[in-house]
Amino acid sequence: MNTNPSGAMHEYWRSLEERARTPEFERWLHAEFPAAAEEWVSEIHRRDFLRLMGASVALAGLGACTKQPLEKIAPYVKQPEQIVPGKPLHFATATTFVGYAQGIVVTSHEGRPTKIEGNPEHPASLGATTVWAQADVLDLYDPDRAQAITKAGQISTWDDFLPELNLALERQQQTGGSGLRILTQTITSPTLGRQLADFAKKFPNARWHQWDPMTRQNIHIATGSGEHIYNVAAASVIVSFNSDFLYLHPAALRYAREFASARQVRQVKGARMNRLYVAEPTPTITGASADHRIAVAARDIEMIAATLAQGLGLVEGIDPTLLADPIPKWIKAAARDLSANQGRSMVIAGETQPPAVHLLVQKINHHLGNIGRTILPGRQVVANPLDQTESVRALIRDMNNGAVDLLFIIGGNPVFDAPVDLAFATALGRAKLCVHHSLHTNETSLACHWHIPAAHFLESWSDALAFDGTPTIIQPLIDPLYAGVTAHELIEAVIRQPVRSAFEIVRESWRTAKPSLDFDFDWRRALNHGVVPQASEEAIAASIQTGQSRALNQSGLEILFRPDPNILDGRYANNSWLQEMPQPFTKICWDNAAIVSPQLAKQEALKTGDVVELEFRGKKIAAPVWIQPGQSENSVTLHFGNGRKEAGRVGRNVGFNAYELRTADALWFGEGLTLRKTGSKHEFATTQHHHAIEGRHMFRAGTLAQFSTDPNFASRMTEVPKRNETLYNPDEFKNAGYAWGMVIDLNACIGCNACTIACQAENNIPVVGKYQVSVGREMQWIRIDSYYNGSAEAPELNHQPVPCMHCEHAPCELVCPVGATVHDDEGLNLQVYNRCVGTRYCSNNCPYKVRRFNFFELNSKLSASEKLGKNPDVTVRSRGVMEKCTYCLQRINAARHVAELDHNRSIRDGEVMPACAQACPTEAIIFGDINNSNSRVSEFKRSPLNYGMLAELNTRPRTTYLAKLRNPNPELASL
Amino acid sequence: MAQIFSPRSNVQAKVIIVATILLVCAGGWLTSAVWWSPYTTYVNVPFDQPVPFSHQHHVAGLGIDCRYCHTSVETSSFAGIPATETCMTCHSQLWTEALLLAPVRASLTSNTSLKWTRVYDLPDFAYFDHSIHVRKGVGCSTCHGRVDQMPITWKTQTLYMKWCLECHRAPQNYLRPQNEIYHMAWHPSKDQTALGRQLIAQNHIDTSGRLTNCSTCHR
Repeated sequence: MNTNPSGAMHEYWRSLEERARTPEFERWLHAEFPAAAEEWVSEIHRRDFLRLMGASVALAGLGACTKQPLEKIAPYVKQPEQIVPGKPLHFATATTFVGYAQGIVVTSHEGRPTKIEGNPEHPASLGATTVWAQADVLDLYDPDRAQAITKAGQISTWDDFLPELNLALERQQQTGGSGLRILTQTITSPTLGRQLADFAKKFPNARWHQWDPMTRQNIHIATGSGEHIYNVAAASVIVSFNSDFLYLHPAALRYAREFASARQVRQVKGARMNRLYVAEPTPTITGASADHRIAVAARDIEMIAATLAQGLGLVEGIDPTLLADPIPKWIKAAARDLSANQGRSMVIAGETQPPAVHLLVQKINHHLGNIGRTILPGRQVVANPLDQTESVRALIRDMNNGAVDLLFIIGGNPVFDAPVDLAFATALGRAKLCVHHSLHTNETSLACHWHIPAAHFLESWSDALAFDGTPTIIQPLIDPLYAGVTAHELIEAVIRQPVRSAFEIVRESWRTAKPSLDFDFDWRRALNHGVVPQASEEAIAASIQTGQSRALNQSGLEILFRPDPNILDGRYANNSWLQEMPQPFTKICWDNAAIVSPQLAKQEALKTGDVVELEFRGKKIAAPVWIQPGQSENSVTLHFGNGRKEAGRVGRNVGFNAYELRTADALWFGEGLTLRKTGSKHEFATTQHHHAIEGRHMFRAGTLAQFSTDPNFASRMTEVPKRNETLYNPDEFKNAGYAWGMVIDLNACIGCNACTIACQAENNIPVVGKYQVSVGREMQWIRIDSYYNGSAEAPELNHQPVPCMHCEHAPCELVCPVGATVHDDEGLNLQVYNRCVGTRYCSNNCPYKVRRFNFFELNSKLSASEKLGKNPDVTVRSRGVMEKCTYCLQRINAARHVAELDHNRSIRDGEVMPACAQACPTEAIIFGDINNSNSRVSEFKRSPLNYGMLAELNTRPRTTYLAKLRNPNPELASL
Repeated sequence: MAQIFSPRSNVQAKVIIVATILLVCAGGWLTSAVWWSPYTTYVNVPFDQPVPFSHQHHVAGLGIDCRYCHTSVETSSFAGIPATETCMTCHSQLWTEALLLAPVRASLTSNTSLKWTRVYDLPDFAYFDHSIHVRKGVGCSTCHGRVDQMPITWKTQTLYMKWCLECHRAPQNYLRPQNEIYHMAWHPSKDQTALGRQLIAQNHIDTSGRLTNCSTCHR
């Protein structure tokens, strides 16, 4: 047990296995690299082995004697005006999350998009990116994308498609389109909205249906149209009812930035933090950031919200004693806190909660006077918001009745992801002609007659609206790699021919919608900035409706459906960066699990990896169990999106398909789940125990109250040797010029993984696959460690990103026999790939375990298209080479050249931004010159919360941490 | 007991020992010779090119500035290879029927790039930037030699790291004033060291040792 100087006890654990000290955990702890340390049990005799090794060494030496191959160089025929070879260009466009725009700026090297960053001018990005935006560039180059128009699986062409389409349309024209249907996902594109309105005019009897497995319909039903806009920064008290507004939300990046800014504490004077209460059934990124989190069943949240409303005097007749401890205490404290912060608080409910909860929450916010202060009225962003479950149900009914002659499915994969009880696939068989438009050939494409490959958004002209209605014109960076067609062009083919290009369609749509004197100028400005300037349009007033709440408190097992935190609803299933990203909390890669609580596991005698049979509404699936601390006792979470049968080489047969249990009446949660142990076992690939270091104060946290009385609590937890306590020159690493350093603010970090994927994209980091992850050979340079604190049932959840610390006294450098890891004069701990011979001594000697080894030639099997996505400014490493975080050396050097070419000025603070820091939504990673006392990083390092991880080993890390603070309500000392 | 070794063994042993030493030395010499020979380094080896372009004719004969074709040498890491259109600015008027220029015309009409063989090709793990070298006072001919005397282009330096370091360790021996950068015939005078030191100060060149850090070129 670790006791910190102030007397508070903190015992952090990374997993239940560590807590229980199972042999599995001990194995990972003591053998740092267990796969490599195993005893030699080969059939080969020792002498034969030596003989073979001798021969391989000799041959390997000869292999190095190759001379450099001759390369060809191909200049342009006509030099494009803006392209300077060697200088990347940047273009503003937008990616979408469940249809909502998030502004991005894409880096293009000689016409190849290679990296996506956030657009600081865009309200939903503020310069940050989500993991999905980072990974979008990999999707663009995915060799498994649909590459040709197909008819019944046979390659066809657009010119063959049009006559067949026209024939079908001619027949529809006579009946006003009574047999014509369009099925889309959630759409915010104004142009597509206008096109579909034209479509409705031309075919008055046709229908437009929508289905999106991550539908936000519960919110739209409750508000009548748009979503509210939250001013999170202005809220001192936030209560979240199962809303993951920091991660799975169209405005997550903005809300996360605002949330963290209201929690930033560096000095004792004027230290203030907001306070977050979360009630949720399964741990989320938002829940982990809470000051008071209770794990409750999803079905109980309505009751809890109603009880809170009763505590504020808004409803009556609810018996709070029905709720188990400590929920009533939590409600009471939250109610008191909210009442004390009227107009400075906000209550938010998640899209998985029924409309009744949203109505209750609106009522509470209205009562507290938060509307207009912390909650602003939203605009209608989604084109034609409707109840998507009913919409897809109506479509299926029509198809079953044989009323559908011609069906267009624009995007999505309803055969795979529509509610299972509606039997979409069977109904689809009765549609006379169906056309599917999507990026990949998926389950739905195979069930349709025609498949039209979609152009990736980096290849197409389009537009989209952000959560607050800000429009962005989506502009292409590259011509379609394959025969991709945009949705605009496909719809245009239905309403008028000849089909104009997507560029003309989008531009015309904006010209008519926003006529201006100088349209060309406005258009160019909108493209340049990535946002269309908004006249203050009529905002939708926050409608206050009254909802009747039901008192719920059933027992029995509850099933929860959630999008996969990595691949969402399955749309990113073939994206290997996302598949290999360790999921928050579980750290599972390449898989999904039935997540159960420790209590339920004990009751049912389950262990992690046990395969159980889940039965829900008469449907059964087998799924492996994962025991998750902080999971609500009787809730079983299934992440949908995996289990794809037709997803390409990466996504095929990864995990199990949770959609097989998801019914229309239980889109997000439902009761009546039964669970039966099957006796078989499943191996997860999880990085949970990798790089475990025990008995050290790696992660440090305290409370705001503790900080006020004892600001130095974190740095005093260990005794750090003084600078001059060395036999060597203590100022050896006092750099004369720049001295690069980093601070990671644990108080801001929400554990969203954006840094991990941004680093992977920037630094050409390969993926290794499930098996290699399971033996500890993952390659990501920055990992997010999870630390739990407290009981297994209701733990506190914490995150800690760990990149290379760039130690001044770097243990790795001392043991390298070939000088492949050395210091430079600006304090960077370098890894010189062309010197490295792969002894891996450095990795053994690294106390932080941040060095990664290329066991295989992971980059040699790339397809031609994947090679296009590599960053040309970073070496693509080969087999047998160690690698690790470089502080994005290529960006430092680029900034240095810019500064020196600009009259030899110095690099300005903030001019060098490593990929991780740039992607971070909460600005938790600060990088800069620590020799400059005015730099932000120096300012952060002066905070009393600053501490060096394992600094007691006298490694003098250049990357340091600011300890995490929580702001618990004194009323709820035990929660 | 019979003698195992005959008297001749002494001689045999000596010969074997000397031969072994010679063989090892010869092996070492051979490796080094191959390593430094034009076979490996391509130094002074002219390459076959789609068009036998003569720098001698264009630079010395016609007086065209380097930057007319290598446009991005002052702004980018890559100096730039001229687009076909650049060739055609003159050759749409001059030598319009020349057989030698047929590939250039074909490139323009078919809109496909000319494919030159790269003469100066650094390994992919070394990152070189033309703009910063030019700005700091490294002239073209320091690395590329007397291009104005080459009827077809060849490499004049090995591009081995040893060669790079010669300048990164002692830039004063190679720097020249800004107005001499593109001057092909420039060569250091007797007081080069003094001029070099002056240019080091003037161009803010860091000679504290940072230029020989691995991170300067490798990332």
